[in-house]
Amino acid sequence: MNAHKRAVVADVHTLPPYKASSYVIGFVASIFLTLVAYSSVVQHLFSRRILLFVLPATALIQFSVQLVTFLHIGRELKPRWKLYVFLFMLIIVVILVAGSIWIMANLNYHMQSTVEINKYLRSQDGL
Amino acid sequence: MTKLSAAQLAAENNALVADEAKATLGFWIYLMTDCVLFASLFAVYAVLHKNTVGGPGGPELFSLPYVLVETFVLLTSSFTSGLAMLAAHRGDRDKTINWFAFTGLLGVIFLAMELSEFATLVHDGHSWTQSGFLSSYFTLVGTHGLHIAVGLLWLTLLVAQIARKGFTHSTMKRLTLFSTFWHFLDLIWIFIFTVVYLSSGVNL
Repeated sequence: MNAHKRAVVADVHTLPPYKASSYVIGFVASIFLTLVAYSSVVQHLFSRRILLFVLPATALIQFSVQLVTFLHIGRELKPRWKLYVFLFMLIIVVILVAGSIWIMANLNYHMQSTVEINKYLRSQDGL
Repeated sequence: MTKLSAAQLAAENNALVADEAKATLGFWIYLMTDCVLFASLFAVYAVLHKNTVGGPGGPELFSLPYVLVETFVLLTSSFTSGLAMLAAHRGDRDKTINWFAFTGLLGVIFLAMELSEFATLVHDGHSWTQSGFLSSYFTLVGTHGLHIAVGLLWLTLLVAQIARKGFTHSTMKRLTLFSTFWHFLDLIWIFIFTVVYLSSGVNL
């Protein structure tokens, strides 16, 4: 009975089955990108300034590759709710991470003045 | 087969398909909120990673070759869980169980390597209480490790279930959710590898 049900289930899906080649491509590309990022750091292939672009780039490319080849993002029937939720998550994450770093860097910048810090310490300790 | 029973079967079948679609969407939404949780931990790490209060920072504490091995172990286990799903969709129970067992083994190796790294740090006096940097490091990497541990427990139960019941509608649904979870954890690790470990190698 179960086997029969599953066969019918397969008919209802209009999406083609996953392919092994998708996983193999994702796996090989991920290994390659990991090694590029790793050796560029360990072998000092680039200057620090260029690494600031290379490291985020290799991470983001690997993220995208795995999203497509392992998680099959966007591969769903319309309406594509999973894709929409994913994009919404990206917006929140960018605001959260970039906003936190920006605010805290700004705070550090304004706390840098020794004059201000000394004034603060005096007011606290009565020095 | 009479017309009525065919119609009933179709209706039941549609309900099953709708059920699976609902479950995968719900689980996907959970994963996306988990991403936001990790994002907040990454933000904390980005802000605190220079606050070492005179203690050692990432460049002194982390061994990049060790972490590269960890990365490949986790990446391979993500790949083999994909292969297990392919076998499951073909209805090949033995291959599914073998690939998932291999996935689990790699997961255990990854977790053991991470815990041994943590143990060395704590043993050398660099626990989470030492500095803001180490607090944020242990929280971020430890939260990922906790997810891996929960995933391994889940995987064990699933494999036992397939071995006993075979591929039913509900075991297939759970397998799909698990493999999504496992791939997702590897996605998070890409950023831990880059932001925590590789960045410390160039003192960013």
